[in-house]
Amino acid sequence: MSESTGVLREPPSPFVAAWAVFRRELGGYFATPVAYVFIVVFLLLAGVFTFALGGLYERGQADLQPLFNTVPWLFLFLIPAVSMRLWSEERRGGSIELLVTMPAPIWSSVIAKFLAAWAFTLLALALTFPAWVTVSRLGEPDHGAILAGYAGSALMAGAFLAVGACVSAATKSQVIAFVLGASACMVFVLAGFGPVIEFLRGWAPGWLVEGVGALGFLTRAQNFARGVIELADLVYFATVIAAALIACAAIINAKKAD
Amino acid sequence: MSEQAKQRTPGASESALPALLELQGLVKRFGPPGSGLVAVDGVSFEARAGEVVGFLGPNGAGKSTTMKMLTGFLEPTAGSARVMGLDIGEHPERTKAAIGYLPEGAPAYPDMTPAGFLAFCARMRGMKGGEIAEAVDRAAERVQLFGVMRQPIETLSKGFKRRVGLAQAILHEPPVLVLDEPTDGLDPNQKHEVRALIRELAPRTCIILSTHILEEVDAVCTRAVVIAAGKIVADATPAELAARSGSGRLDDVFRELTLGEAPKPEGATA
Repeated sequence: MSESTGVLREPPSPFVAAWAVFRRELGGYFATPVAYVFIVVFLLLAGVFTFALGGLYERGQADLQPLFNTVPWLFLFLIPAVSMRLWSEERRGGSIELLVTMPAPIWSSVIAKFLAAWAFTLLALALTFPAWVTVSRLGEPDHGAILAGYAGSALMAGAFLAVGACVSAATKSQVIAFVLGASACMVFVLAGFGPVIEFLRGWAPGWLVEGVGALGFLTRAQNFARGVIELADLVYFATVIAAALIACAAIINAKKAD
Repeated sequence: MSEQAKQRTPGASESALPALLELQGLVKRFGPPGSGLVAVDGVSFEARAGEVVGFLGPNGAGKSTTMKMLTGFLEPTAGSARVMGLDIGEHPERTKAAIGYLPEGAPAYPDMTPAGFLAFCARMRGMKGGEIAEAVDRAAERVQLFGVMRQPIETLSKGFKRRVGLAQAILHEPPVLVLDEPTDGLDPNQKHEVRALIRELAPRTCIILSTHILEEVDAVCTRAVVIAAGKIVADATPAELAARSGSGRLDDVFRELTLGEAPKPEGATA
């Protein structure tokens, strides 16, 4: 320990620590087959739903609506598979004790892990670019609208991941984290889903129908997919992400010792 | 307080060294107030550089919980802990930066290699560039990790996993080292190596280690703090402690001190 006795080493800035966690996490995805399985399954299903079932060619329109209609449903069960291990693994393996006793506040790790999971998901999303190339070769798509559609999908992925991270912090079991995460995402998707709204309209008061509809991810994502970026939608997704991450940090603090 | 602390600090030879670690009336209660379990019930002691404090007690006595509080993992229900004069509640990051901690069971990230894991820890400690490789190499050499640096941690033996945890704890040359059962589950040779490492670090470091292996206290500790049912029941040099029993054996004292008020220490004296 050379001459270090009594020297108080300065803690790093929270952002330096967050960068370290981000790098570790992102590297962690590719250290196991999880990343490759996720990407392959996502692209396979996205391809099938967009080209075969979504009728990208048959519609005769140069846009990516079929892709953006598909993505929320794929995210519904694939994203909880990414987020389930975020914190439950730390708690089960005991490494949470290491992380918490490092000289960095817990929120820096919460944000870093979320961003790493988001970056990974965005990579998978970006790999759907051949669909964009295809419609560009076949016609004259509105590139702005496609970009907006991608932005909407990205924001929705972020919201799903934040909710999933929060659920993952509440349990040591990845299976439970997956099931609860998928259920929570399901609520957010279905809240804006046409048939559910119709069902509610039959008996629920108008304000409730509106309220539930406003919670839904689907209508908002569809706005993006049509090329409409509304401030309200941006604020909505940012709020969901922030609220879920704050809850995540609170849950970690409360349950870290269990 | 300081007069008393000096008397209880035989290893530090009454030097004017400031206490690196001060625990005052530390309490940890789990569960709802009033009804919950009191895991730690008013633990106070001080320790200085050069001291190796053996934290002894039966399983469930509160050793790990006390360590978790002083490393900032758990918030104390009452009382305070200071590291280098700073309160851990008021300066969590600065005090954590001064501590090296080996949690019980030496947790790590199983899919990482020791090289990657230690580099990650170095970055979390604020090291940059060449400093990282230097610190990792030095720590790996100290605990003799060469040869397994590129293997996933999950494939390593228990002894190597423990060494990875130790390397992580000493990586940043902390003035305060907190080791929760550093030799648990190691074979005699590995135990010997860990003790040699502790002795090597001891002159410049304040080391707190928990154990229920009494020979370890004899082997490396300058001072033994015995805890039972959350309370300190003895604080003396190993020799003083042993002298208290008729047989002059530490395990007899241990049994006398801890059996009365604590749960039966099954295997704790082995």
